[in-house]
Amino acid sequence: MTGAKNQITAWLLLLPAVVLLAAFTHVPAVMTFINSFYSTPRGTRPAKFKGVDQYANMLADPVFLAALKNNAIYAIGTVPAAIGLSLLMALIVNSSIRGKSLLRMSFFLPTVLPMIAVANIWLFFYTPGYGLIDRVLAPFGFAETNWLGDPSTALGSLMVLAVWKEAGFFMIFYLAALQQISPSLSEAASLEGASRWYFFRRVTFPLLMPTTLFVLINAIINSFRLIDHVIVLTRGGPDNASTLLLYYIYQTGFRFWDTGYAAALTMVLLALLAALAFIQFGVLDRKVHYK
Amino acid sequence: MTLTALTDQPVHSRGQSFWRAVELAGCYLLGALWVLPLFYAVWMAFHAAEYEVRFDLFAPLTLGNFVDAWNAAPFARYFLNTFVLITVILASQFVICTLAAYAFARYEFRGKTIVFMLVLLQLMIMPEVLLVENYRTMVKLGVIDTVLAMGLPYMASAFGIFLLRQAFLTVPKELDDAARVEGAGPLGILLKVYVPLSRPIYVAYGLVSVSYHWNNLLWPLVVTNSVSTRPLTVGLQVFASPDQGVQWSIISAAALMTSAPLLIGFLLFQRQFVQSFMRAGIK
Amino acid sequence: MRTHYGNWLGTILLGTTFTFGAAQAAPVEVNFYYPVAIGGPVTKIVDDLISRFEASHPDIKVKAIYSGTYSETISKSLAAYKAGQPPEVAVMLSADLFTLIDEGAIAPLDGFIKTDEDKAWLKGFSPVFMTNSQSDAKTWGIPFQRGTTVFFWNKDAFKEAGLNPDAGPQNWEEVVDFATRLTRRDTNGNVTRWGMQVPSSLTSYWLLQGYVAQNGGTIAEPTGDKTYFDAPEVVEALQYWTDLALKHKVMKPGVIEWATNPKDFFEGRAAMFTTTSGNLTNVKTNAPFPFGVQMLPEHKKRGAPTSGGNLYIFNGTAPEKQEAAFQFVKWLTSADQSAEWSIKTGYIAPRDDAWNTDAMQAYVKEFPGAAVPHDQIPHMVPELSTHENQRVARVIDDAIEAALTGAKTPADALAAAQQEAERILQDYR
Repeated sequence: MTGAKNQITAWLLLLPAVVLLAAFTHVPAVMTFINSFYSTPRGTRPAKFKGVDQYANMLADPVFLAALKNNAIYAIGTVPAAIGLSLLMALIVNSSIRGKSLLRMSFFLPTVLPMIAVANIWLFFYTPGYGLIDRVLAPFGFAETNWLGDPSTALGSLMVLAVWKEAGFFMIFYLAALQQISPSLSEAASLEGASRWYFFRRVTFPLLMPTTLFVLINAIINSFRLIDHVIVLTRGGPDNASTLLLYYIYQTGFRFWDTGYAAALTMVLLALLAALAFIQFGVLDRKVHYK
Repeated sequence: MTLTALTDQPVHSRGQSFWRAVELAGCYLLGALWVLPLFYAVWMAFHAAEYEVRFDLFAPLTLGNFVDAWNAAPFARYFLNTFVLITVILASQFVICTLAAYAFARYEFRGKTIVFMLVLLQLMIMPEVLLVENYRTMVKLGVIDTVLAMGLPYMASAFGIFLLRQAFLTVPKELDDAARVEGAGPLGILLKVYVPLSRPIYVAYGLVSVSYHWNNLLWPLVVTNSVSTRPLTVGLQVFASPDQGVQWSIISAAALMTSAPLLIGFLLFQRQFVQSFMRAGIK
Repeated sequence: MRTHYGNWLGTILLGTTFTFGAAQAAPVEVNFYYPVAIGGPVTKIVDDLISRFEASHPDIKVKAIYSGTYSETISKSLAAYKAGQPPEVAVMLSADLFTLIDEGAIAPLDGFIKTDEDKAWLKGFSPVFMTNSQSDAKTWGIPFQRGTTVFFWNKDAFKEAGLNPDAGPQNWEEVVDFATRLTRRDTNGNVTRWGMQVPSSLTSYWLLQGYVAQNGGTIAEPTGDKTYFDAPEVVEALQYWTDLALKHKVMKPGVIEWATNPKDFFEGRAAMFTTTSGNLTNVKTNAPFPFGVQMLPEHKKRGAPTSGGNLYIFNGTAPEKQEAAFQFVKWLTSADQSAEWSIKTGYIAPRDDAWNTDAMQAYVKEFPGAAVPHDQIPHMVPELSTHENQRVARVIDDAIEAALTGAKTPADALAAAQQEAERILQDYR
C-alpha cells in the first residue's frame, strides 16, 4: 500500500511506539553522550563543561577497569557455558528419554523465578562452613570456602548462578529449532551407518547455527544487562573483584550521585552494545532469524 | 561425547547398553542438580530455623516462616503493586505494539527500513542500560515513585513489535482485502482480521512479558520509593537486606512467596508455557 | 502490616471522636523514611511509637515508610528530594551529614529550637554523638538510633579451651592468644571453629576506626574534607586486623558477611566476634549457649566508633510540615522514648537522662550487657564522615577488603585509598 493517505495512516499507527521508543531509548542515549562532557551538578553548583575529563578519569579509575575486566570474564565464562548446557538440555529433552517432561521442568524452572529471589536463596548456599555448597563438599574433604568473600571465587560464584538461571531459558530456543529438524534426516543418517556424534557435528549443529547465533547475542546482552545477583550477593566486592559495568553505573549514579561520570560510564556500555548491534544487523543478519 | 541416549537408536551390544546407562544417569543427574537449589529452598521455607543447617528428613513441617515473612513486610501490598504494574504494562504493550507492528507489516512508507532498524535497536539497548538518563526524564515528568514511571520505558517494546510483525506477515493478504472491500478501516481490519488470527502470538508474548516484568528489579528499584508503589522484587530486596543477621528460613519463605504465582502457573501450564516461550523465540 | 494499618485506623478513629464538631483543620501529614536495619520486628516498635505520638499530637499524622538499608534510605530520600517530593523526616546515617548538606537536602534545626525546653532537650545529647550532627556551628541532625561496636564471646567455648569463661580478652595481644586457643581444626586440618570474627562486607571502615582509635590515631578530620588513611596508626591497625586472618590464622580469611556473622557465632563456628551493639538483642535471644559481652579490647587505649542514624528534617516541604516533623523528632528522642527505643532494639540511647529513667535502670539490672555500649561512650570517636561520604567510604572499604583478602599489603592498599580520597575531597577545601 502506498499513497499519501497510507503514509499518514502508517505514521499514525507508529506514532505511540515511536514517541515512547525515542523518549526512553534514542533521546536518552544522545543525552547520555552530551552529559558525559559535563560535571555533575551538586546542590548550588551547576554542571560545567569539562570536555573529555570524565573519560580521562575513567582510564585512571581502577574500579572502572576492574568492572570492564570482570564483565569480559563474566561474558566469556557464562555465555559459552550457558549455550553449551542449554544445547545439551535441549538434546536431552528432545530425545525419547523417560521422564523428559520432568527434566524439561527442572531445567526451565530457574528461568521462571525472579533473579532477586534465587539470589537470596543462593546467598545461603554460598555461606562458608554451613551453607549448602560447603556441606555437600565437606564429606569429600573440602575445607570451608568463603565463596563470596574471596576475590578468587566471588565472580565465579556469580557466574555459576547466572548459568544456572539462564541455561533453561536458552534451552527453549534450541528445543524449538530441534523440533523443526526433520526426523527423516536422522533416519537416513543411521541407515548409512553414520555415528551419532558425526551426525550431530555435521547435520544437527549446522542446522542449529541460526539459533546459536541468536542465543549468543542474547546471552551477551544479558551478561551486560542483568546485575540483580550482584546487588544481592557481593555488591561488587571484595575489593571490586565482582563489580560489573552496569553495577558500577548504578552505584555511581544512585549511590554516589555522580551523574556526569555515570553518563561517561554508560557511554562505554552503549558502545559495547552498539558494536553488538552492528555485528547482529550488519554481519549476521542473513543467518539469524531477523528476516 | 557420544549422544547415544539422545537419539533413538536400537541398542546393539552390552558395551553400548552400559554407556547408555551412564548417559541416562548423567542426564538425570543434571536434572537433579538443576532443581536441587529450589528443593532445598522449599525445604528450608517449610521448616523451623534450627533446621536451616541440619537436614533432617523427619523434621516437623511448619508454615511459621511464611507467616513471619508475611507479617514482617507489606507483601499483600507488593502483590497488588506488581499486579497493577504488569496489567498496565501488558495492556499498553498490546495496544502500542499491535499498531506499530501492523504499520511495519502492511504499509509501505518512506523511511520504513531505517525506522524499523531504530526500533530494533531497543533489543540491544534495553531501558535499564540507560537508567541514569531515564531517571532524569522521570524526574522532569514528575512521575517518580509511580506505576507510570516503572512502566513507561517498557510500553513500546521492540521485541513485541517484531514478534507481532512476523505474525501479521503470515496473515493472507486476501483476508485483508476482503475486509477492506466490506468497508472496514485500518483499525477495523486490524481488530477483525489480524488480532484474532495472531492470538497464540499474543499469548506467547504476554507470558514472556509477564515473567519479565514480574522478575524485573533494577529499574523499579531505582524509581520507586514507597510501599505503595514498590513491586514484589523491590519489596523482597528491601526485606532481605539486613545489616545484622538474617534468618534464612524466612528469607526462603519470602522468596518462594514472591515467586509463587509464576511458579504455580508454570507448574500447572508447563506445556503451554514452554510452547509460548518457544513461539516467542522463533520467527 | 495489618496491625500497622489497624493502628492508623484506630488513631484516626480516636482522633475523629475527640475532634468531632470542633471543625479542626486536617492533621499535618509527615512522611518518615525509616531504614529497617536490624533483625527483629522493628517495624512494629516504630508503628507503636508513632501511634502513641499521634495520640498525644492529634494535629499531626506520621506516615512511616520502611526503606531498606541505610544506603537505600539515603538513595531513596535524595531521589525523592531531587524529584521534588522529599519526605519531611528521615533516619539516615550520621556519617552522611556532609553529603546531605552538599546536596542542600536538609534543613538546620536551629530555627525550630525556640523555647528553653527545646534548648534543654538539645543539650541532653552526649557530645560524641553530636560531632556527626553539627557543622559550621549549626545543628543538622538529631542522634536517634546510634550504635557502637561491642565484643561477644562464647562462654562454653572458653571453658572448653581452658579459659576463664567470665573474662573476655582485654587487649590486642590477648585477643590473638585467646583466639589461637579457641580455633579448632579437624583431623584434615580444616577449621571447624574460628577463634575470632570481624565482619567486613559493608562499612568495614567503621570497624577499622575502632582499631585506629585504640592505636591512638584517627582516620579523618571532623570537618569532612581530609582523611588520614595512610597514617602509621591506621596502617598498623589494619595490619593487626589482617594478621588475625593471614598471619595468626585465627579468623576466616576473606570478607566476612555482616549478615552471617552472628549466625556463625550461634552455630559455634566463631568463638568470639565483634559486631554492632544493635545486635545485643539478637544475640541475647538466639545464642544457644551462655555468652559474654564487653567493650572492645584496648591497645594503646580504649577506643570504639559511633555509628548509626540521625533524624534529619528535609528542605523543600511546607514550613508547617517541617515544624510538625520537628515536634515528632523531639518527642521521639526525649528521655522516655529514647530509653524505650534503646531497650527494645539494642541501640544506644544517646542522652544521659534516658539512662537515668526507671525503665532503663531496671533493664540494665536485668541484662547487664546492655550497659556495655553506655560504658563505652567516653572512649568513642565519631564515625567517618566526609563530603561524598558514600564514595570515600567505598574507597576505604575497598582498601580494607584488598588487605583482608591478601591482594595488597595494608600499607599499599591504604596509600592508594588515601590518594583516591585526596582526589575526591580536594574540591571541597
